[in-house]
Amino acid sequence: MSSHTYTSLLYLASGVLLLSAVGIVWGRPLRVAVRLLAAQGAALAAIPVLGGAYRHDWYLLGVGLAVCVLRAAVLPGLLARLVPPPVGLTDPREQTGAGERHETGPLLGTSASLMVTAGAVVLAYAVGQPLVALDPSPSTRAAPVALAVVLMGVLLLVTRRRAVSQIVAFLTLDNGIAAVAFLLTSGVPLVVELGASLDLLLFVLVTQVLTARMRVKFGGTDLGELQELHE
Amino acid sequence: MITTAAMAAAVLAPLVAAMFTAAVGWRPIAAWSSVAASLAILTSGIVLAANVGAGHVYAGGHLLRADALAAVMTIVIGSVGTLATWGSITYLDAELRHGHTTPARARTYGILVPAFLAAMALAVLAGNLGLTWVAVEATTIATAFLVGHRRTRASLEATWKYVIICSVGIALAFLGTVILYFASVHAGGAGGAAAAGGGDGGGLDVDTLTANATHLDPAVTRLAVVLLLLGYGTKAGLAPFHTWLADAHSQAPAPVSALMSGVLLAVAFTTLLRVKVISDLALGPGFLRTGLLIMGLGTLFVAALLLVAQRDYKRMLAYSSLEHMGLLAVAAAAGTELAIAALLLHVLAHGLGKSVLFLSAGHLQLAHGSTAIADVRGVLARGPLLGAAWAAGLFALLGFPPFALFASEVGMARGAADAKLAVPLAAALVAVVIAFVALTLHGGTLLLGSAHPEQPSLRLSAAAAAPLVAGVVACVAIGVVATPLDHLLTTAARLLTP
Repeated sequence: MSSHTYTSLLYLASGVLLLSAVGIVWGRPLRVAVRLLAAQGAALAAIPVLGGAYRHDWYLLGVGLAVCVLRAAVLPGLLARLVPPPVGLTDPREQTGAGERHETGPLLGTSASLMVTAGAVVLAYAVGQPLVALDPSPSTRAAPVALAVVLMGVLLLVTRRRAVSQIVAFLTLDNGIAAVAFLLTSGVPLVVELGASLDLLLFVLVTQVLTARMRVKFGGTDLGELQELHE
Repeated sequence: MITTAAMAAAVLAPLVAAMFTAAVGWRPIAAWSSVAASLAILTSGIVLAANVGAGHVYAGGHLLRADALAAVMTIVIGSVGTLATWGSITYLDAELRHGHTTPARARTYGILVPAFLAAMALAVLAGNLGLTWVAVEATTIATAFLVGHRRTRASLEATWKYVIICSVGIALAFLGTVILYFASVHAGGAGGAAAAGGGDGGGLDVDTLTANATHLDPAVTRLAVVLLLLGYGTKAGLAPFHTWLADAHSQAPAPVSALMSGVLLAVAFTTLLRVKVISDLALGPGFLRTGLLIMGLGTLFVAALLLVAQRDYKRMLAYSSLEHMGLLAVAAAAGTELAIAALLLHVLAHGLGKSVLFLSAGHLQLAHGSTAIADVRGVLARGPLLGAAWAAGLFALLGFPPFALFASEVGMARGAADAKLAVPLAAALVAVVIAFVALTLHGGTLLLGSAHPEQPSLRLSAAAAAPLVAGVVACVAIGVVATPLDHLLTTAARLLTP
């Protein structure tokens, strides 16, 4: 792979990462959000895979493939089980409300969210300046894009009200951080990478159980219902 | 060699206890295995303290690393862990008797509590900041179902907020860690595949970072330190990300609250102390000091004001922990040797005192089915032993001599004065006085207020009373005979004030 092809493909992957995050901010159906999250995981995994192929670094290539399995298949798969199938395919005996399929009444409307997203990209480039200044390589130049994805994850977390949306938001944030790690330093040391992946998997399993319990206790997963505890 | 064994034991003994409980279910021998694991951690801490001196030792390549600070924290985890796991035995048995929990959930509890202890031991003994991060996030995951142990709506709500807020906070700390690694790799630390091959953390090793600190790019390091402060600050309960704390502490079973209050917050804070060494060398002491002062004073005032209006005794104890974390942040900002040594004494003394109070609170909650102060009055008259334990814990927390918090608070104040932080110190004292009055009034009402005639008697069985008595004895002991600790704490403080 020539250096030019590598750089182009790297920027393409970063672009897909960013676009999938914008798509998650844009859309309401939870099923779409989970699919976009899988695309995002694949784009993230492409960064180490490309780096590994370009530098003939088999270790990095292996890490990339593992990341792909975890973030493009396993985690979105676990999340998909929390979203009821579309109308028409539903078992009539199942009484889950339509609200469980869509993000309902987020605290910020679609157009306002997209404008904040644009602001987030600008902010990410401003914050990322010192990173690019320290090492102006092609991959570091893409790091602000990953920072923007982190900021969008935060935006989603504070504005979304469904349990599944918040898990998607957290995973978007985490994908952004992992992308920063791959772009800046080709990932973190192996023991940290393994530990962090295990933590992430357990996080999704724990929140999955909590979401299921919430459906039983509250009859839904609207986090606006969580108002018992306050001062 | 013995230090390697001690480090391995501190992390592995609780994991063995967890697996044992998983195999046999919740029964006396499983419950005692958790206590034995906690005692193993305590012993490991003492062994490490006796052997590390002013240097440090490694185990498993550079994976685990212990110095005086790690030894102090291992002792804190072991001692508070012993009280909490010991108290869990009667607590869970009573919950089972009252039908608040099931044998299956009791087993989960018996697995998760030692897993939580293992994660905390790993966090303080990890040789690199990345592994510390992994362990701190693991504590969040291990405690999630412990906070939600009761399966009520309120506990589910507390669990969700706790998991999301702490995970996001800790994710920011991971971003900070990644950026610090980037700076470290460019300052000569091993990175990429070179570090990946060995089992260690390369440029994230605490020693590598400290050695290269003066070569770290200042602008990049500043970004990393801010993220690390916010991230670990969230987990340590510092304002403005403290909102999870009272909810989680009030809903968790009392022994788990004791562990979270007494150790988890301090473990997260210890990581900030490690970051501070690097930050001070790379950016000068002023940078992190400002951040710590803002968050510390903010935390102190939030805690003091929420304590005044508090009606729930478990939330009251949680906000008192918040107050103490604020004090630690101010002491860390001062950063003198005296202030840091006092800070570490404070961590130990607060952990023990708070454990006694939370374990007592657990008995009160079991007897009354309520955590409102108004429902639980006149404790001293109805149960002299429980009342005396509560009073002793409260006195310890309020900083009365002979308890160690008196010495540690004076030490922290003198340290802040030495560091010319007169104005922040004065502000902190105002908050401490408000908190003192509020705690005295609420704690006093609970202890001495007039009880309804039909309120239950609070006589404790010998098995239930033993951990409380042991806790009070430990509180008094470290206050009266702190001499063996002095040397250790001063050594640890010297490591943190290069």
